[in-house]
Formats: sequence, structure tokens, C-alpha cells
Amino acid sequence: MILHPNAKLARFGARISGLCLLVIVLSCSKGEQTENNSRRATVQVKGSDTMVNVAQAWAEEFTAVAPDIAVEVSGGGSGVGIAALQRGAIDIANASRNIKPGEADAVLKNTGKEPVEFIVGFDALAVYVNKANPLEEITLEQLSDIYSEHGKATRWSDIGITIPGARTDRIALISRQSSSGTYEFFREHVLGNKDFKLGTRDMNGSKEVVELVGAIKTAIGYSGMGYATQNVKMLRIRTNDGSFDPTVKNTQTKAYPLARSLQLYTAGEPTGPVKKYIDWIMSPHGQKLLKENGYVPVTLSATAD
Amino acid sequence: MTETANTINTRIPENAEKDIVDKPSRQPWAVFFERAFETLIHLCGISAVIFVLAIFFFVFREAVPVLFSGRFDIAEFLLSTKWYPTSATNVRYGTLALTIGSFTVTALAMIIAVPFGLGAAIYLSEFCGPRQKETLKIVIELLAAIPSVVWGFIGLTVISKFITAICGAEVGVNLLNGSIILALMSVPIIVSIGEDALKAVPDSYREAALAMGTTKWQLIMRVLLPAGKNGLLAAVLLGVGRAVGETMAVLMATGHAVQIPSGVFDSVRTLTANVAAELGEAAAGSDHYRVLFLTGILLFAITFIVNLTADFVIRGVKRK
Repeated sequence: MILHPNAKLARFGARISGLCLLVIVLSCSKGEQTENNSRRATVQVKGSDTMVNVAQAWAEEFTAVAPDIAVEVSGGGSGVGIAALQRGAIDIANASRNIKPGEADAVLKNTGKEPVEFIVGFDALAVYVNKANPLEEITLEQLSDIYSEHGKATRWSDIGITIPGARTDRIALISRQSSSGTYEFFREHVLGNKDFKLGTRDMNGSKEVVELVGAIKTAIGYSGMGYATQNVKMLRIRTNDGSFDPTVKNTQTKAYPLARSLQLYTAGEPTGPVKKYIDWIMSPHGQKLLKENGYVPVTLSATAD
Repeated sequence: MTETANTINTRIPENAEKDIVDKPSRQPWAVFFERAFETLIHLCGISAVIFVLAIFFFVFREAVPVLFSGRFDIAEFLLSTKWYPTSATNVRYGTLALTIGSFTVTALAMIIAVPFGLGAAIYLSEFCGPRQKETLKIVIELLAAIPSVVWGFIGLTVISKFITAICGAEVGVNLLNGSIILALMSVPIIVSIGEDALKAVPDSYREAALAMGTTKWQLIMRVLLPAGKNGLLAAVLLGVGRAVGETMAVLMATGHAVQIPSGVFDSVRTLTANVAAELGEAAAGSDHYRVLFLTGILLFAITFIVNLTADFVIRGVKRK
């Protein structure tokens, strides 16, 4: 016996099962590691994938305005950002939904400071379908039928649509991962807090949703209005008052039913570089960048808490 | 017979060693270093055991509180397909769809990888010349060195397009896509371990078979495969281990949808991908967080059972 398969197997088996658990252990300790090197005129920003485009644009532009402050931005979802704020690992959490009372309590408990909210802009959560789909408008009830756990619509024919050139009639549901603020906003405002259907394809970013919808003829998905591409179209949403496109105007007047505010959260009133950064975001310069990235600026420099 | 030979053999070196140690020429520091290195190497040897136990301990410590919280139903955890960890109204932790996702992706990956892997191993050890063999081995090792996120990227962008174009599936990120990626990732392991196993079959077997007038095909099927059975099985199981544990590539290639697949073109989600995607958002100490660790234990149990079964199978094969 040259090989000793038993011993070899046992060793490899242990190594493999060890490795996958090591990955689990490492990935959860990663959060704590970032705490130490955060305080050298760097501003750590984390959270919403909806806002990550504009957050990066802000960060880049801000280095020109204030070269002594470095802003580091990462995504992961609103929930991830708020969880990091609770641990005190970051300075600013981006969120496309409001902080929940339980999360605010956790911030206070762990950092000793109340979370402070800054509304920095607005966004319309757009419903996307493939370019080939003849559908132009949809109601919130239809959306709920399509997406919710016990909703009746599973085929396009259920809402009276045939997609030319599609190989199947089944609706391919594209959704977001559960740490996403967009996911929670959609669940709250479209599904009335009911659960999603099982079998939704949960993407890790706003852009991925739109890309996948663009690649699948029978797909439907939801994402920020700033992520539209050539291969998809945004649906109008029909309400009792009429049918509304996700436009800047309809978002500002709140006529579009899936309009939402975008906010930053800090633990306690911001000071120093963080305050400077947020003040700059609220300035005309910062708001112009927001608009250029496809979001809707706050008309007045309103800070609320 | 052999016992007496052994006792004689061991007795002689023991005395001889004593003589050497007792000799004044041996410096005390040399003896000290000898001891120190012995201890060090001993520690290295048992460190694997310590690590495995430590990982077990920490994962269990994170997971166990939820079992006794009263909010958790182990039957639901194992047998329900409804995975709603962040539901606003009705939180449910059912992992059956995820477990089946892991199983189906792995099984289909093995259906693809085993024939290719073993075929390549047989070719490498029996048919090709030394120069070609060297080149092929280097390339295969290179295949094993590709990071899993790159594989996932290929699945997401390249293979998904092929699947929609060739197979007529509407969605390209699905069970088949994940399996192809996993097969590509485990083939190098199967090839290199399988080739070792075939190389370990003594040449006298080959010579004897050929002398009896067998064809190459008969030689492989009747002599080499039975003789190398254990090692080949080990190769396949290491491939299975690789496939079950893989995370990033399947996360990207399978479509990440919680459902029991009804065909190879359905999207699925695996246990590993689920942990990777959700652990970042789960607040430390929350039920969701602990259930994800429990999922880790479930994975551990699955790999453990696979290894154990393999062990029994090999023992059974050996006894024959």
C-alpha cells in the first residue's frame, strides 16, 4: 500500500471541511478588523448598493475639494452599512431605507451615540422589464401578485402579456439580496410586508439586477432609476390618480408611488472631516453630482433627524 | 516469523542509539536542540487536530444558543424549503431547498467531472509520452490555480451565454452552469490524485498482463482500474469535497434562487453561497446569525458523512 487512501482521505476531508468553516469564521471576524485603522483623516462609508455609484462619485470629487481627507466607500446593502455603524466600524452608513427602531437602539447601545439621519436625495425605485416585453405599465397589485409568496401570477399570460420570441411563459423574477434596502423598501411598499415568492434570483447589486433583466426576455426586476440600460425599459406605475413614469419630476412631487429618500446615518452629530464631507454633499456641488448620477436632489438643503 | 524479525530489528538500533547518546562527544546543546525540534515537529503534527477541534468549538459556540431559544424548530430547519430569515411578518429558517441545491449541483458536477477526470488520469499515466505528460500536468495544475471568483465570472458571462444559445434555456445562470463550473474546478484534483493512484500500481502487473496477451483496453479495465480502485475513489471524493465546499463560483453561476430545481435549467442556491451572501448583514448574536452558523455545522456534517462513507467503502474494497 503506497497510497494509504484512508489516511490521505481523512486528512483531505478534514482539511476541506475545515477550510469551508474557516471561511465562515474569517468572514465574520472581518468586520471587527477594520475598526483599528479608520481614524487618520479617512472617512469610512458603507452601505446601500443603490447609492454606491453616487457615493463613489462624491468620494472622488471630494478629494479635489479637500485633499487632506480620504473617503473610502463600499457597498453591501443598507443593512450591511447599518450593521457596520452599530459595531462602530464606519463613520457614515448609506441607506436607501429608514433605520429601524431596533437598529437605532443597537447603535446607541454599542457606540453610546444616537444615530443621526441626513436626507441627501431621492430616488425612484423603477420596475424593469426586458426591451422585448410589450408591457408598458403595471399596477402595484399586479406587482404584488407577481412577487409575493402567495401571489397568483407566475406566468406572463396571467397578466395578459405574450412576449414575442420568448421560449417560456414563466416569469423570471429578479430580486435583491435580503440585506438590501431596496429589497426591504419593495417588500414594504409593494408587498405590504408579505414575503417574496421562493425562487427569486437574488442579485448582489442594483446594476446586476438591470443587467440580468436585460439578458432574459421573460424577466422582471426592480432597481434604482439611475441604472437603466439599452436592453431594459422602466414601467409606468398605474395608480388611482393616473399612470406615472419614474422621472425626476414625478419623484419630487411624490406622484410616482415608489419614490423614496436616500439617507446617510452617523453615530452622533458628525464632527471634523465627517461633518465637512456631509456639508459638502448637501452643497449645490454635491447635489449636482447626485443629479448627474441619475438621482433626484433635495430641493432645499434640508437636514432632518 | 515476522514478529521475531521485528523484535530483533528494533532491539539492535535501540542499543546502538544508547551508545551514541552516552558518548561524551555529543554536545549538550545538540541534545537540547534535538529535543526542541522533536517537540516542534510533534506540535506541527497534532496542530491539524487542534485546528479542527477549535473550529468545531467556535462554530458550535456561535450556533448552539439558538437551539435552546425556543424560537427554533429543528424539523423545520432540516425539512422545510421556506427560507425567510429576514421576513417582516413570519421568519422561517428552512434549509431543505439549500441542501438539495448543494446536492444537485455537486452530483451533476461529478457526473460531468468523473468521466473526464478519470479519462485524463488514465491517458496521462498509460498513453502519453514523458514530454507530453510534463506539459499536460503543468497545464492541469494551472487549471487548479485559477481563483474561484474568476470561475464564477466565467460562469456568469461566458457559460451563461452558451447555455441560453445552445440549450434554449431562458435563464443562463442555473444548476447546469454551476455544475459545469464546479466540474471544471474539480477535474484537476481528480486527474492529479487519480494519476498518482494509477502510477502506484506496480509495473509488474502491467508486464504480466501484457505478457498474457491482453489488449491495452483489457489491461486498463481488468487490471489497472481494479488495482487502483482505492486511490481512484479517493480522487473522486476529493473532487466531491471541493465541489460541496465551493462558494464564490456557485454564488455567481447558479442564479442564487431558493427553490427545489425541477430541471437542470432552474436556478438554485447552495448552503455555502447562502452563508456567504447573508452573514455580512446578520447582526452578530441574532437568530439569523446563529442559524447561519448552524448551516455551517450542517455542511460539516455532510462532508463528514461523505468522508465516513468513503472510508467504509474503501475498507470494504480492501477486505475483498
